[in-house]
Amino acid sequence: MTPLIHIRNLAIGFPKAGEPNTVVRGLDLTIHRGESVALVGESGSGKSVTARSLVGLTGTGAKLTADVFDIDGENALDFHERSWRQLRGNKIGFVLQDALVSLDPLRRISQQLSDALGDGSFFRRQDRHGESLTLLNSVGIPDPARRLTQYPHQLSGGLRQRALIATAIARGPALVIADEPTTALDATVQKQILDLLAERRRAGNTLLLISHDLAIVSRLADRVLVMRNGQVVEQGPTAEILSAPSHPYTRQLLDAIPSASSRGYRLSPAGHEARITAATTQVPATAKSAERRRLLLPPKSIDPQRKVLTVDHLFKRYGSGAASSLVVNDVSFKLAAGESLGIVGESGSGKTTVARIVLGLVAPDAGRVLIDGRPWSQLTEAQRRTHRAGIQLIAQDALSSFDPRYTVERIVGESLDSVAIFGAERKRRVLEVLDAVRLGPAFLTRHPRELSGGQRQRIAIARAFAPRPKLLVADEPVSALDVSIQAQVLDLLAELQAASGTSLLFISHDLGVVHHLTDRVVVMKEGRIVETGNVSAVFAAPRHSYTQALLEAIPTLA
Amino acid sequence: MSVSPTVSRASGIRHLLLMAFRRPGLLAAVAFLLAVAIGTAWPQFLSAYDPIAADPLQAQLPPGAAHWFGTDQLGRDVFSRVVHGARYSILIGVSAVVIAAVVGSILGLFAGLARGVIDEAITRFLDVVSAFPDLLLALVLISFTGPGTVNLIFALGVASIPRFARVVRAQTFVIAESGYVEQAKTFGLTKAVLVLRHILPHAMAQVPILATIGLGTAIIGAAGLSFLGMGPQPPIPEWGAMLAEGRNYLRVAWWIGVWPGVAITLTVISVSVLGRHWQASFEGRRQG
Repeated sequence: MTPLIHIRNLAIGFPKAGEPNTVVRGLDLTIHRGESVALVGESGSGKSVTARSLVGLTGTGAKLTADVFDIDGENALDFHERSWRQLRGNKIGFVLQDALVSLDPLRRISQQLSDALGDGSFFRRQDRHGESLTLLNSVGIPDPARRLTQYPHQLSGGLRQRALIATAIARGPALVIADEPTTALDATVQKQILDLLAERRRAGNTLLLISHDLAIVSRLADRVLVMRNGQVVEQGPTAEILSAPSHPYTRQLLDAIPSASSRGYRLSPAGHEARITAATTQVPATAKSAERRRLLLPPKSIDPQRKVLTVDHLFKRYGSGAASSLVVNDVSFKLAAGESLGIVGESGSGKTTVARIVLGLVAPDAGRVLIDGRPWSQLTEAQRRTHRAGIQLIAQDALSSFDPRYTVERIVGESLDSVAIFGAERKRRVLEVLDAVRLGPAFLTRHPRELSGGQRQRIAIARAFAPRPKLLVADEPVSALDVSIQAQVLDLLAELQAASGTSLLFISHDLGVVHHLTDRVVVMKEGRIVETGNVSAVFAAPRHSYTQALLEAIPTLA
Repeated sequence: MSVSPTVSRASGIRHLLLMAFRRPGLLAAVAFLLAVAIGTAWPQFLSAYDPIAADPLQAQLPPGAAHWFGTDQLGRDVFSRVVHGARYSILIGVSAVVIAAVVGSILGLFAGLARGVIDEAITRFLDVVSAFPDLLLALVLISFTGPGTVNLIFALGVASIPRFARVVRAQTFVIAESGYVEQAKTFGLTKAVLVLRHILPHAMAQVPILATIGLGTAIIGAAGLSFLGMGPQPPIPEWGAMLAEGRNYLRVAWWIGVWPGVAITLTVISVSVLGRHWQASFEGRRQG
């Protein structure tokens, strides 16, 4: 039987000003019916553009060459736009990362499904109510009749992603391509989508999965292709690749996953550059992930007697009357000097509001926050201002936390306003913290837009450490980053924290990251703390059902 | 997105030259505005003739070596009148826009920062002002103050306040909620520093663009009002008034009306090109 996808020596480039600008080269890909294949790599590795080439959507200006490029036995190199249109949806369905932007906000779910089911003609459109209901049922959407009449914004993130998958499988395509299908989702919602895809896989459907997360891949794929800089560096059966990677880059990707077993160890390769060193490549390729040589992180010095942060019976209500909701409901915890405390919960659990109250950006309705045993939340803004240098924030989206007009020097330097460090002394301190996050003086004159995601987050960390704070509040600082970049940023954070003895309040929905980084954890649900304690104790033996559900939802390496 | 090498201030001149070669349109716009600026400040430098003194013997001469743009119905050199006219047209336009931009930005910033009752009051006031067409409102204001250059500036300025105030108010709302303003609060900056450093520059980001469009509108509005006898009185060479005069001779001597029209058009386009470039570099989207 001919394979569904048969590609030999694929090269994709975006020629610009005479340069070929090749983003994919020498790629061979064969997908048989009923197979589940994954393309793994970090952003810029060429995995997405490869997937897009299968539906003829590489974009204008792309130059595609291949020795063989067969889709279901037909030579797709000869395809015109018309042939591609017939192929999309019919033979290959495509699920994009973010359902909120991929579904038309002005059309009801029923209309979107009818579009997907129909033959694409504008005039012969009909309502396909029955088929739509079946589709929504098949992707596990409860109460499908009501959902059909709703708009995308009325659906939760998980339902929206399911609806998007429904549109992709509407015409029963032979192959479904899922490009980072769960990256924007909470852990429990992610689990639902992964379960749905896993179920389809068991039913014999063909899947091409694009992801940077090896844990997700391990659950869904029979075969993995690891991509880097446009080339496949390693490929093979999933179990083999994950347990015995032969290429150092694959190992680096595996080591970058934060989890219980990585506690106290570095996630990124040693040295000042994230480069594969001779020492790590000497490790036998047959070694299991846990047996591989890991580098220790510097130990933290925790002073349990000195409570840097005391949060005492906080309450916060948003809105008024019947529409109001209690977003923070009786939250109390303490954070010792040098300690790391994780706050875990899904979106809407109130964890970010707690952070904003701690930062003194929002006033609590009741309860208080003490810093170093002294009042903080009850102070007026003018009184608080002089002490603000002691508490710094690392936001999730570093780019939006930078004034776009500012250079890196001014961005980092501004946090030193509060401790009255100016002139040459300020420049010295800025260079010092930039060096601590492994960015050289060349970055001083850069603007935020000229930086990569990882560099931006490192600048944000440098800025937070610059005034030598005693407490750092990090609100989802690595959620927007690739696994390998996340590894570097987490290592940096752990290193700097150990060196400075700063306390860390770390907010995240990623339990793996929290388990790796923090000492104690607070689990929040609907504004309440449902469980708290030592990270290892809570995660090893969760008492509350919600914590158990969260832990079960983490995709782990099989 | 391509990462361009950042240019230090020291090599600014080289940077400017480089940019001129990459963007000839910008260079042309700057060059034309420079000429207009010289015409505004020092018209004798560019023109040989008196713009006011009539010479009936030389009336309605077509463009030629002696009179580049020809002469008008009274024998005055059109080129000299266009050059001298820059002073009136540009000064009326710029002054009106400056009044509108300054007053509008202050109102918008206050409304955006204060919110609540102050915001309501300012917004209602703006609604009332913008309920009338710009030109009509200016006409009403002039009917109170009487015709003249200063009154014309004032009337045109007041009429275009809402345009600036609205945009600055909306921008202030957005910027005040942005990540970097929140972050700056955690550095312990005072409210005044916060506003001056992080809110005002961004809230004002649209003002150059608006001022550009406003400048064109103001110049055209001034011309219209001058035509009605509300602005500078003849024989002052104001572009709009010249255009209105030349209109009567379009069939026999097209050059009387066309050249001031060309001057208005080129000025508006040039200022527009410059405004867009400003906007781009202001937001950190540095080009070239």
